[in-house]
Amino acid sequence: MNDTPTPKPDLREVVLAARNVAKSYGNIHALKGVNFDIHRGQVTTLFGENGAGKSTLMKILSGVIQPTTGQIILDGQPVSFQSSTEARDRGISIIHQELSLAPNLSVRDNIFMGREITGPTGVNFAEEERQVRRLMAELEEDIDPLTPVEELRLGQQQIVEIARALSVDSRILIMDEPTSALSATEVEVLFKVIRDLTSKGVSIVYISHHLEEALQITDHAVVLRDGNMTAYAPRADIDLEWIVRNMVGENYDLGSPPTGYAFGDTALSVRDLTVPDPAGGAFNVVDRLSLDVKAGEIVCIYGLMGAGRTELLETVAGRLRAGRGQIVLEGHEVSHLTIAERIARGLALVPEDRQRDGLVQTMSVGQNLSLASIMNFTKGLFTQKRAEQDLIDQTIRKVTVKTSGGAAAIGSLSGGNQQKVVIGKMLATNPRVIMLDEPSRGIDIGAKAEVFRLLAERAKEGLAVVYSTSEVGECLSIAHRIIVMHKGRISAEFDSTVSKEKIMAASGESVAA
Amino acid sequence: MSDTTASRTAAAKGAGGFSIGRLLLEGRAFFALIVIIAVFSFLSPNYFTVSNFLIMASHVAIYGILAIGMLLVILNGGIDLSVGSILALSGVMAGAMMQGIEIEAMGVILYPPVWAVVVLTCTLGALVGAVNGVLIAWFKVPAFVATLGVMYVARGVGLLMTNGLTYNNLSGRPELGNTGFDWLGFNRLAGVPISVLVLATLAILAGLMLSRSAFGRWLYASGGNARAADLSGVPVKRVQITVYTLSGILSAIAGLVLSSQLTSAGPTAGTTYELTAIAAVVIGGAALTGGRGTVRGTMLGAFVIGFLSDGLVIIGVSSYWQTVFTGAVIVLAVLMNSIQYGKGARKG
Repeated sequence: MNDTPTPKPDLREVVLAARNVAKSYGNIHALKGVNFDIHRGQVTTLFGENGAGKSTLMKILSGVIQPTTGQIILDGQPVSFQSSTEARDRGISIIHQELSLAPNLSVRDNIFMGREITGPTGVNFAEEERQVRRLMAELEEDIDPLTPVEELRLGQQQIVEIARALSVDSRILIMDEPTSALSATEVEVLFKVIRDLTSKGVSIVYISHHLEEALQITDHAVVLRDGNMTAYAPRADIDLEWIVRNMVGENYDLGSPPTGYAFGDTALSVRDLTVPDPAGGAFNVVDRLSLDVKAGEIVCIYGLMGAGRTELLETVAGRLRAGRGQIVLEGHEVSHLTIAERIARGLALVPEDRQRDGLVQTMSVGQNLSLASIMNFTKGLFTQKRAEQDLIDQTIRKVTVKTSGGAAAIGSLSGGNQQKVVIGKMLATNPRVIMLDEPSRGIDIGAKAEVFRLLAERAKEGLAVVYSTSEVGECLSIAHRIIVMHKGRISAEFDSTVSKEKIMAASGESVAA
Repeated sequence: MSDTTASRTAAAKGAGGFSIGRLLLEGRAFFALIVIIAVFSFLSPNYFTVSNFLIMASHVAIYGILAIGMLLVILNGGIDLSVGSILALSGVMAGAMMQGIEIEAMGVILYPPVWAVVVLTCTLGALVGAVNGVLIAWFKVPAFVATLGVMYVARGVGLLMTNGLTYNNLSGRPELGNTGFDWLGFNRLAGVPISVLVLATLAILAGLMLSRSAFGRWLYASGGNARAADLSGVPVKRVQITVYTLSGILSAIAGLVLSSQLTSAGPTAGTTYELTAIAAVVIGGAALTGGRGTVRGTMLGAFVIGFLSDGLVIIGVSSYWQTVFTGAVIVLAVLMNSIQYGKGARKG
């Protein structure tokens, strides 16, 4: 574990390598045979869009999950980690994208969770505290070791997560989006710590959506796309344009904005909408935002994580409470209505996280499809089986769900088909406006194209479509209009001819390099 | 990408091959009941007779009615610990009304007719159940805690009303026009005890509600994934309050049946019945995490418990052993539930 740092690390030494690593979840192939090297004392950055397989690869390298096929080679020896603890004992640790802290415990207890320093009288809290203070000093962060984690703001929690990974003296440190909630100063400090670590011979694997930021720190770049490694190059040979090209791909056709018809009247109008932070923060996640969408129009909302896209859509749908502002659907104010009443008026939301918010796993495909429109085929006390079955069959056909039938278990479907079920469920309510929050999250490219084709078709029939995405390639597909959100506000608005770089620049994802 | 199959009649039995293991697992409550009946019929000549089955069924009726309410609550992902206490409180209320309600200010004693007693008692059960529901849905009190509190309060109110005593005379008097309370517990229709008919009627109604009404679908959906149900326009809170209210009403009905069977109403009746009801639901294959379970399964579960404990009494096994057996059956049932639902349930 405690590798003696060589004064001049050998730059070409590969400490950890993945050979032909593949991972499948049922029908979903998250990784399709990836080769990947990590060099001693260097930073290797993984680039790729959501669902490209970055996180899956990192989870495999750190022992959180096991690959379906392929090999992991540590110091020239094939290894197979059965758990993250095993990987940690071999000097590999990971900072997860999702924070894995216990909010009720103090910073100290979180950092030493599972490997408490014990003495003859139980846990040696004084020693733990001393070490935490040293780590915090190193990270130039003024966090008291005894503060409960829930009292820290998100950025500080991320610092705690980083401190925990640093505290184990790893040889290989994997950072999955470590900066998503950090301020610019905190990022600077983190980079200083990273350089410090690499000079000691620690290898870093870095993942970030902030391309320019990642370019500052990286020594090697690896690009993943749809589970394949598409490019690999040292820092000297690459620039931003190279990354974007390899990330997005050349033949990445998700369709084009449907044409040949005129837009109708304004279907959805949002006026000065302000949404306070649902977690109780002092800021507004949506800040005096106004937006109009016409019938038949497709609007894409682009923005980074935390830009306020989800909060905007959930507020319009009725999940979150608006602080101020109006939501007008076809001339009627709907802000005071419940979710069910808004759905009845024709306002539907396809939520971002289909497992958590979209599907009821205990019910069949058909029951999921008919859930939102069940009152439409209820006469008196009972539902009409025939009408429901017709609706289910029709929806399965229309949104092309690949399933053995309405009675199949929802878990038997692939991610893309599950997503189609969620979309089909909301389309079955005959909406006037449909909002989709990251509709392409975690589904493969074929399913993505189908989902977009479906939406384009419905738009032609007069449906107003609003979808959000964090993948710039998806903005330049079927959307007539692209809106970029940054910190709860619209930072820019483009038509469908804009360049990817312009969209990214407006989102705060700086590409000035 | 057009190989969509949409078969109308397909796969009502679910995907996957037919195997005996699977059949045994899914029909476990049914097979357990068969085994229990077979074993006791072998051990005692008196077990396998129509009259014994009817007597046992009338014992099951109390647990069975409670278990239907419990099933609704558990489908919603909750738990209702107050059913035994509501049962006792309802019995005491009914008893008090049968004895006559004295209004001192007017100097009269009211003797409400039996139908009014039944209606008022059910209303009381509904009210107490609604308190549970409101605490849980609006005030976000965890179901376990809310119903635990109501369990104590209801029991305490029952004790206060009677001073810990029992109402013994519930038969009413012809000159007051309030006779007939014992009809529920003692009479038979075509040889079948009324209590069993009440159970059957309620089970059929609940079964129809779950399988055929929009409310049933809402209940399964909000128990399976409340967030998804909410975003699909399901009135999640209303569903929650309704199931606790229904559970309260069913507890009151069970209380009426029990005090009619015993021709007495005491404040300590129904102690630990909530646990028996939960056991019946679990043995019937419902998942305590919500969203899975059927009335048919729950009824089988109630009969398994009832037939098992009555059978043990008939063959003369010590009542201490009955407790051990019942416990073992519950653990076994939960074990099977986790085998059936365990796969894939851990997915984040």
